[in-house]
Amino acid sequence: MSDFVSEFWNMYVIVIVVGSILACAILLFMQSKATFTPGKTMGHVWDETLEEYNNPMPRWWSWMFIITIIFGFVYLALYPGLGSNKGILGWTAVGQHKAEVAKMDATVKPLFDKYLAMDLKAVAGDKQAMEMGKRLYLTYCMQCHGADARGAKGFPNLTDADWMYGGEPDQIKESIANGRMGVMPPHEQLGADSIKDLANYVRSLSGLPNDSVRSAKGKETFASAGCVGCHGMEATGMAAVGAPNLTDKVWLYGSSEAVITETIAKGRQNQMPAWKEFLGDAKVHLLSAYVIGLSQGAK
Amino acid sequence: MSGTQTTYNDKVVRQFAVMTVIWGIVGMLVGVIIAAQLVWPELNIGFLHFGRLRPLHTNAVIFAFGGCALFATSYWCVQRTSCARLWGGPLVPFTFWGWQIVILLAAITLPLGITSGKEYAELEWPIDILITLVWVSYALVFFGTIATRKVSHIYVANWFFGSMILTVALLHLVNSAAMPITLLKSYSVYAGVQDAMIQWWYGHNAVGFFLTAGFLGIMYYFVPKQAGRPVYSYRLSVVHFWALIFTYMWAGPHHLHYTALPDWTQSVGMVFSLILLAPSWGGMINGIMTLSGAWHKLRDDPILKFLITSLSFYGMSTFEGPMMSIKTVNALSHYTDWTVGHVHSGALGWVAMVSIGAMYYLIPRLFGKTEMHSTKLVTTHFWIATIGTVLYIASMWIAGVMQGLMWRAVNADGTLAYSFVESVKGSYPFWAIRWLGGVLFLGGMLLMAYNMFKTMAGGKTADTTVNVPVAHHA
Repeated sequence: MSDFVSEFWNMYVIVIVVGSILACAILLFMQSKATFTPGKTMGHVWDETLEEYNNPMPRWWSWMFIITIIFGFVYLALYPGLGSNKGILGWTAVGQHKAEVAKMDATVKPLFDKYLAMDLKAVAGDKQAMEMGKRLYLTYCMQCHGADARGAKGFPNLTDADWMYGGEPDQIKESIANGRMGVMPPHEQLGADSIKDLANYVRSLSGLPNDSVRSAKGKETFASAGCVGCHGMEATGMAAVGAPNLTDKVWLYGSSEAVITETIAKGRQNQMPAWKEFLGDAKVHLLSAYVIGLSQGAK
Repeated sequence: MSGTQTTYNDKVVRQFAVMTVIWGIVGMLVGVIIAAQLVWPELNIGFLHFGRLRPLHTNAVIFAFGGCALFATSYWCVQRTSCARLWGGPLVPFTFWGWQIVILLAAITLPLGITSGKEYAELEWPIDILITLVWVSYALVFFGTIATRKVSHIYVANWFFGSMILTVALLHLVNSAAMPITLLKSYSVYAGVQDAMIQWWYGHNAVGFFLTAGFLGIMYYFVPKQAGRPVYSYRLSVVHFWALIFTYMWAGPHHLHYTALPDWTQSVGMVFSLILLAPSWGGMINGIMTLSGAWHKLRDDPILKFLITSLSFYGMSTFEGPMMSIKTVNALSHYTDWTVGHVHSGALGWVAMVSIGAMYYLIPRLFGKTEMHSTKLVTTHFWIATIGTVLYIASMWIAGVMQGLMWRAVNADGTLAYSFVESVKGSYPFWAIRWLGGVLFLGGMLLMAYNMFKTMAGGKTADTTVNVPVAHHA
């Protein structure tokens, strides 16, 4: 696609670019033809003492100027610059990028393909693959999940045995490849009192201190208000929709009554981006294996 | 001729000169604080974190410190080289008070996060309008004074001041065009890559005209004055002036190499940036060669030391700039601290040093003295400032090249050899050295303030009589 909406702008750019450079050259040429009287002033005086010598421009400086002007014209002939003119070399930034990517791909593709053909668990047991995976992780994943992969508020810890969307190798790869949209709907319509009951009940599930009267009421609300629809009758969560297990000690946003109240009242929205398009299957495969390896042996 | 016509308006020069030193200290102090925040992240306290304070630093040093220096020197120079009192009556004090209000509003709004998000043009639209009013008044005063001059020729320094005033007006109006949503929020009228290009067209020309042409105006008045020698070459000044005008306008795209900006625009930006080398060096040559035959004056005149050293830094950074605009070099230097170092070799080495030299020339004369309270302190200031600048730019060169090399290093498997945070970790020692350089530079400014107040004490502030033009040949 052309960068210009009409031929006019193409010509406009060419004329102004060439004109401005030529103007510099003409200016230099005309001033170097002036009559110089080295060591003598131009004859004007300002503010009692300010004068100007009529010295010629330093020769080396004029030549430096001329060389940069010549370079400019040569460059504009070789590379795109004069409007929609493509330049003799036919160079483009996109072309350069593609060539560099292709060159790198040609070198490393066999290596990545070797691992792509292997089972994820087997890749996770391969020392070299895990080193490559770690480097990919430190480039693409650590911004959210942390350099140690232990996550942060809103970003899951990848080193434990808890998986919101399932911990099977294929489920982990699916999370990385196509991303996940985590939605906990807001429940402000239940009223502050019921929400406080629910928060106490949720805390009771994992053995945290709670108000037993409130948690008993909360248990009823948990069933009647539809919480069970996603978190299940036993509140152990549902991997298919990414509803977390509420009976364990893993908390994505925090376990204090205030935070749980906020989670229930206002809901939560979360997103794991999809990486397949950007990274390609081979790198996603390696990253999946690396993440699987991170939680191996974790309870 | 009325009575007031017989004296120069030095009051406004005095006001701007004093505020140059004050705002210099404020702006550089904020710079030292944000440099410290990079070394000790725990210093990012509440909303006074790096992100909020960095635009405050840039606005304070460029527009408060640099702006006041330009107003002071251009008002002093244009009156004396025109043999005329400043034209414009009440417009003159309006430029001073209006500009100070702009600075105060910047100091309030930027830390509060009220910003249009455009680099070096962060101020929101009501402040932009005030800037426009002040700047138009400045233009009226300056060109009004030129128009009422008693000498036939316009002195070279005034070409540079004049081009700065005209171009900055154009840059400000185009770049700040925005749709106001509320009193404190507006959106740029440009979008996407066009917005990026407009911003860097503005950004690089702010460097080219505000921070270069304006300060070359300072150079063309104060270097020959202080050296007591004629300007080296009139012809050179003609060529490099017009060549700067022809080429600077085009250099902006070099800030957007290897982005969504069309290839042709990037090439044009690079070519014009390279052609800029000779016109830039023309100013340096004309300044430094003005001293030829009087080099001995450099030995014991600290003001000349400041002025000539500033030209050396100017020459160095205007060589570095074209080099960094070459795509291959830029692929390494872009987004690294090398850029920050380059900017500061211009900002500290050139802009600040030439302004400081000019202020040391002006301050005693503005308060009826023949020299500063302590020349020794001026010399001390010079050495502290020079060491500070060298520490700053050398540490940023090393950090920048290191970052660039780390970011592009790849393993045999095509993965990156270093994570980003490893390059951050590697930068810490250099950030500490940069901070130290900044502390030294700020320390020099504090010496200057002390010296200035001592010079002001007991000084006379009478306006001087307008010169009768020296008879010039027909």
